[in-house]
Amino acid sequence: MKIAVCVKQVPDSWAEKKMINGLLDRAGVDAVLNDLDEYAIEEALRIVEPLNEGSETPTHTITLISMGPDRATEAIRKGLSMGAHDATLISDSALAGSDALATSKVLAETIKSGGYDLVFCGTESTDARMSVIPAMLAERLGWAQLTFAGVVKVDVSGNKVEIDRMTDAGVESMSANLPAVISVIEKINEPRYPSFKGIMASKKKTINTKSLSDVGVSASEVGLATAWSVVDDAAARPPREKGEKVEDAGNGGDKLAEFILEKRIV
Amino acid sequence: MSNVLILVDHASGNISKTAGELAAFGKRIGGVTALVLAEPGSGAVIADQLKTFEIEKILIAESAEFAIHGIPAIADAVASVLASHSPKALLISTSARGKEIAARVAVKSNSGLITDAIDLSENLIATQSIFGGSFNVHSHVKTGTPIITIRPSAIDFTATSSNPTIENVTVEISDVAKLVSINNMQPAVKGGRPELTEAKIVVSGGRGTNGDFSRVESFADSLGAAVGASRAATDAGWYPHTHQVGQTGKTVSPQLYVACGISGAIQHRAGMQTSKTIIAVNKDPEAPIFDLADLGIVGDLFAVLPQAEAAINAKKHG
Ligand SMILES: Cc1cc2nc3c(=O)[nH]c(=O)nc-3n(C[C@H](O)[C@H](O)[C@H](O)COP(=O)(O)OP(=O)(O)OC[C@H]3O[C@@H](n4cnc5c(N)ncnc54)[C@H](O)[C@@H]3O)c2cc1C
Ligand SMILES: Nc1ncnc2c1ncn2[C@@H]1O[C@H](COP(=O)(O)O)[C@@H](O)[C@H]1O
Repeated sequence: MKIAVCVKQVPDSWAEKKMINGLLDRAGVDAVLNDLDEYAIEEALRIVEPLNEGSETPTHTITLISMGPDRATEAIRKGLSMGAHDATLISDSALAGSDALATSKVLAETIKSGGYDLVFCGTESTDARMSVIPAMLAERLGWAQLTFAGVVKVDVSGNKVEIDRMTDAGVESMSANLPAVISVIEKINEPRYPSFKGIMASKKKTINTKSLSDVGVSASEVGLATAWSVVDDAAARPPREKGEKVEDAGNGGDKLAEFILEKRIV
Repeated sequence: MSNVLILVDHASGNISKTAGELAAFGKRIGGVTALVLAEPGSGAVIADQLKTFEIEKILIAESAEFAIHGIPAIADAVASVLASHSPKALLISTSARGKEIAARVAVKSNSGLITDAIDLSENLIATQSIFGGSFNVHSHVKTGTPIITIRPSAIDFTATSSNPTIENVTVEISDVAKLVSINNMQPAVKGGRPELTEAKIVVSGGRGTNGDFSRVESFADSLGAAVGASRAATDAGWYPHTHQVGQTGKTVSPQLYVACGISGAIQHRAGMQTSKTIIAVNKDPEAPIFDLADLGIVGDLFAVLPQAEAAINAKKHG
């Protein structure tokens, strides 16, 4: 079993964000591994660990795949310290400002040459919040799309995978033959913290940095200049004005009701 | 004559209110063509419900494959209609499913995609509210047919009556779209309360409820409100995940949001800070939620909510 997990480095979701010329000011905030991708890594680990049980060199492997700037290696290192085996980072100055169509193209081309059985993703990156890359990957690869999984069951010998897709619409039980693209929701598992041993081991693991031409995509197909969609402008919303704060002295509920009734919301 | 294609959301034979919203946005751009993808024999019933919106034409494609294979089969159908009808834009409502259909159609048709717009102008400039409502971004698609998913409740529309022409279309479902089988579908149980993303009022509970949502629920009911929850509450299993408000939950923008026993972490604010009016009830005077509240009550929600509920009910009945 060869699994790829797509991971993205994103600005820390705890940080206040700034925009410069319609693009996120990534330099100004701490960058971390997209929290939701940790669930994808954890789920992949739970699949390969029992399969590798007892063997000295793992035959079932997890490769992290990321498209991003060189410093994305920091986020990748975290995934490696959780237990992924190696990583590929596609980093190229021509990629700056790429949109989802370009990103999915680069990731799909990278995945194609890797001989993977499964690709795991998070359900969304906490910065772009589009939730479209996994579906785009499945479309580009011509693989089964099993997204928003709250439960994943892989039948290795039968070459099959089953998931429960959990969304607002309800729960759908779905199945497909491998290969497949799976995205996982955050309720699926509890991602492990990297152990000290894992952190030490990660330092020896390989991160293959590739350029666009290495993965067979031409610079004219990606990047800000050729993006399928463009940002015209971005403006910070004016901060909310601070309202009134009152201590409950036995009549807090009445005050609350009064406020609502005065506003004629009900 | 320019036309705009909208994808009609429906479940159990009933159209979603988002169909009317998409039609209202589409109207700004051109004549609206509605695409109904349905089980064999059920398209006409759905089409009939669209006559209260300003729609010029309804295309019905029926196939049993939509329910069996889901998103990839639907995307195949949408892409083929996109190719044959060359609309000025394709509008789909924002949901997990809507965005994934849009994603696949964007790849198939080599078209730009903008997700979760809160507004759309006649010249197809979309407004998005990003980073939890802290920025408004305008953008447009420059390649292919603009594909735009639109956040539910982003527009108010009034029902009219129209007399659309109805046309049945056949669509091919590719083998690739049949790779996945949906073996069972359990629709989410809808309670008696309004939909979280569509409600005018949302009352949410957090860790401060200590697992007891009864006060939050009954206060919500006195206001006819939907009930939301913080991630601390959904993670603890106190309230269903589908009610989570925030970065990894729903984005809500109601007339009134009442946060009860919620501290106001940045990821929670991301889902509610564009609400028109915000009220917070929290024991801790330093809780960050008070920074964005129009009214903050520093107190115990178990005392404050029942009193407020009684006052509201007294007014209603008095
Ligand atoms: C990637 C990521 C995504 C996340 N996504 C979300 C998300 O979508 N939604 C979300 O909500 N969170 C999200 N979080 C979690 C978020 O950071 C907070 O942990 C969470 O919002 C805290 O929930 P809370 O306010 O209910 O709990 P707490 O922060 O523990 O706050 C509880 C509050 O209740 C008050 N309180 C206690 N008892 C009472 C009482 N009797 N009466 C009144 N007040 C009382 C306390 O003073 C306190 O302020 C996310 C975190 C990460 C890292
Ligand atoms: N630049 C990227 N590199 C690797 N994986 C990515 C990248 N962008 C998105 N992904 C994957 O796609 C998922 C959904 O992202 P998005 O569609 O941007 O919300 C993420 O959780 C990642 O698994």
